[in-house]
Amino acid sequence: MTKSSFSNIQSEYLAVIDHNKCVRCKRCIQNCGWGTYSFGGDKIIADHSKCVACGRCYTYCPEGAISIIKNPTVIRENANWQEPLVKNIWRQSETGGIVISGMGTTFKYKKYFDHILLDACQVTNPSIDPLREPMELRTFLGKKPSKLDFDFDERGEPVLKTKMPPQIELQTPFVFGAMSYGSISLNAQKAMALAARALGIVMNTGEGGLHDDLVPFGKNIIVQVASGRFGVHRDYLNSGVAVEIKIGQGAKPGIGGHLPGEKIGIDISRTRMIPVGTDAISPAPHHDIYSIEDLRQLIYAIKEATDYEKPVSVKVAAVHNIAAIVSGIVRAGADIVYIDGYSGGTGAAPIVIRDHVGIPIELALAQVDERLREEGIRNEASIIAAGSIRSSADAIKAIALGADAVAIGTAALIVMGCHVCGKCNTGNCSWGITTQRPELVRRLDPEVYGERLYNLISAWSHEIQEVLGAMGVNSIESLRGSRERLRGIELTDAELKALGIKHAGL
Amino acid sequence: MLKIKNKFNTERDISGCGLCGIINAKKVKTNGSDIKKAISVEHDRGNGLGGGFAVYGNYPDYADLYAFHIMYDNLSAKSDVEEYLRNNFIIEKEEPIPTFKTAKIYDHPYLHRYFIKPKSDRQDKLFHDLEDDDFVVNSVMLINQNYDGAYVFSSGKNMGAFKGVGYPEDVADFYRLEEIEGYMWTAHNRFPTNTPGWWGGAHPFTLLDWSIVHNGEISSYGINKRYLEMYKYNLALRTDTEVITYILDLLIRKHKIPVRLALSVLAFPFYNKIDKMENDKKMLFTALRQVYGSALLNGPFAIVFGYSGGMVAMNDRIKLRPLVAASNGDFTYVASEEAAIRAVCQSPDMVWSPKAGEPVAVEFDDIKEKTSLKGGLLSL
Repeated sequence: MTKSSFSNIQSEYLAVIDHNKCVRCKRCIQNCGWGTYSFGGDKIIADHSKCVACGRCYTYCPEGAISIIKNPTVIRENANWQEPLVKNIWRQSETGGIVISGMGTTFKYKKYFDHILLDACQVTNPSIDPLREPMELRTFLGKKPSKLDFDFDERGEPVLKTKMPPQIELQTPFVFGAMSYGSISLNAQKAMALAARALGIVMNTGEGGLHDDLVPFGKNIIVQVASGRFGVHRDYLNSGVAVEIKIGQGAKPGIGGHLPGEKIGIDISRTRMIPVGTDAISPAPHHDIYSIEDLRQLIYAIKEATDYEKPVSVKVAAVHNIAAIVSGIVRAGADIVYIDGYSGGTGAAPIVIRDHVGIPIELALAQVDERLREEGIRNEASIIAAGSIRSSADAIKAIALGADAVAIGTAALIVMGCHVCGKCNTGNCSWGITTQRPELVRRLDPEVYGERLYNLISAWSHEIQEVLGAMGVNSIESLRGSRERLRGIELTDAELKALGIKHAGL
Repeated sequence: MLKIKNKFNTERDISGCGLCGIINAKKVKTNGSDIKKAISVEHDRGNGLGGGFAVYGNYPDYADLYAFHIMYDNLSAKSDVEEYLRNNFIIEKEEPIPTFKTAKIYDHPYLHRYFIKPKSDRQDKLFHDLEDDDFVVNSVMLINQNYDGAYVFSSGKNMGAFKGVGYPEDVADFYRLEEIEGYMWTAHNRFPTNTPGWWGGAHPFTLLDWSIVHNGEISSYGINKRYLEMYKYNLALRTDTEVITYILDLLIRKHKIPVRLALSVLAFPFYNKIDKMENDKKMLFTALRQVYGSALLNGPFAIVFGYSGGMVAMNDRIKLRPLVAASNGDFTYVASEEAAIRAVCQSPDMVWSPKAGEPVAVEFDDIKEKTSLKGGLLSL
């Protein structure tokens, strides 16, 4: 087949330069990771087809001379044959390939968090003012015994007899979601590590191993073991506060990952323990886990390797039968289960998977929490909910539905400048986040963005305290799983039942 | 159905209230006139939609038997429940609970009491090997859940609850409490905000020897309920008092947590206080919060909790409801208002306002002697 010399796919955005304002400083050329801009001798020229609307150029244009606008040239409107579908057909007919994208789904599925309302106190019980009264957010992740036993000392005072399983202590119920070195830059990981340490929470290495620079942050790191086993060795397992086995990810349940060889430079090669320039392929399943009993073996192999001093977390994507799956995971010995909903982010995923596989975190979480309670094993593992937690309100609702903590991925990247352009897979991120190009990575200052991450999580924590106070409780454990404080709006009976909440007004 | 079950479609019942408790550590008995007098001072804390009393030591002749107080809407419910009781229990004595017509209590359910013990060869034994106490708890839940028109409102030994719709002083007259004697009394005056006249919803709420009177609204009710359901408690009544009783039952009876620690679960110390404790204690309280976090009663409350070993009164962790205590010789008094105590004990030895989350715990002297030998399981 001969290759067609032109593409049907027109640029999505136009990079419009106001040449009256432009002083030809060429910062846009420097800043754009996509090569949109070039200098045409007397003025800046934009190649619109390369623009992804990542926002870097106009943020850094000193004259405000750049506008990024949606290409007004229409593809004939059709509610059935929508523009992205038509474009993907062209794209695939030109390449013969799977369409890959970064970030979570762009589909407009129902967002259940936006159909849940919170309760507050009026008259019969007082609200509590978080500015004047203590308001506790401290959270412990890990297995809890169902009861405690006591001994008594010579004075008859009770002494704890039960040996508590290891716990991760969080000062506020947030963790940073798993994003590997390779999928994101080292500077992006460092920003999260700095913030996690200052906040008393944890970040997660993802499956890319632990870079030497992050070793000192061990008390604020969960290390991950995924199907590729990149960078996994004994010291690695013992270098964080917990170990996470990644089975699946909300954006791409059931499939693995692929970091192309051109991104594997010397540093990533060392960290992942693979040769420079080789593709880093994470198989779809763990090839030593073909069933739940195999998972149990891996959980206990890790516990043996870490002397039973670290909780073991298992991360799964929210799929149809999630409640039964999580029940199995808990019974297999996991101390924490991390559930990632279908709108969770990714560095790269086929859009057919990203946009069509999995279920919303709200429904998955509600069902899992209920199932574990019915089986009397809710105490056996903590639950982390993830999959586009966009605000403190989402976090509060997730916790009231039954989560112990929530994970923040995309929101953390947005802090670092991400405009959710969805092109993480290309490695050209102008913000220095999802790229390994040194000139782009360098621009992401870990200290600056570490502080902004700190600010965001602090702000959200204050908002949670405000809501707790309005609800008349002064401790996060009184919100956790307290669905009586939630009401649904514009939801069907089936949806309300799946969420385990009542409709507003009832 | 109208009288004893909550006919309103609410997740739970909310009420403000007044409460009192009187205990004599030497088990010297008094009749019900003092407690009636004390609670009547708190008349304005209720609205006439619920009053009740618990008394301990009132059935010395049947002290080894479970005293079931059951209210029935109709006689067919009574015969159904009695069939269940006959199949599973040895009934030593049964009789109507003595009541006296008063102008202010009308339209009351049929009130009956049974002195019983579980049969050793009951059918249930085929499937479980439950202790008597557990079997009684299961039976109470079963009757309250499955038998329409019947409600067990008292099931302990040598104690009883007497309650109904009305102001407590009128309820006291209805049951003629001045003719009943006991060494510990608690009383309650109810101000429900969403469920009018409902006999079952009056306080005290009791289970086995536990009795609870409570003023407040548990803002953490949703999670407390779901936590208890994990342990197969059936929360039929949907009241805060029921939740508190079951939490104490779980912690003290089933998990065998020392009473003092169990109470600290209801109103956990704050982490900033725990962090300053010495190491063993810090570990203990951190573990308690980790394991029993869902049992924390958050929101305003003052409770008076009676059990066979004594009485405890306490507030929530930031004291959002009133509670006053006083002692006079072997007597200890607690009440929502000091005036209630002064009404029956004009010049007590000591009067104080207990701090947030710090229980006032009084144990009977004979229990103290026994438990000190056992390493202080109940040391308070």
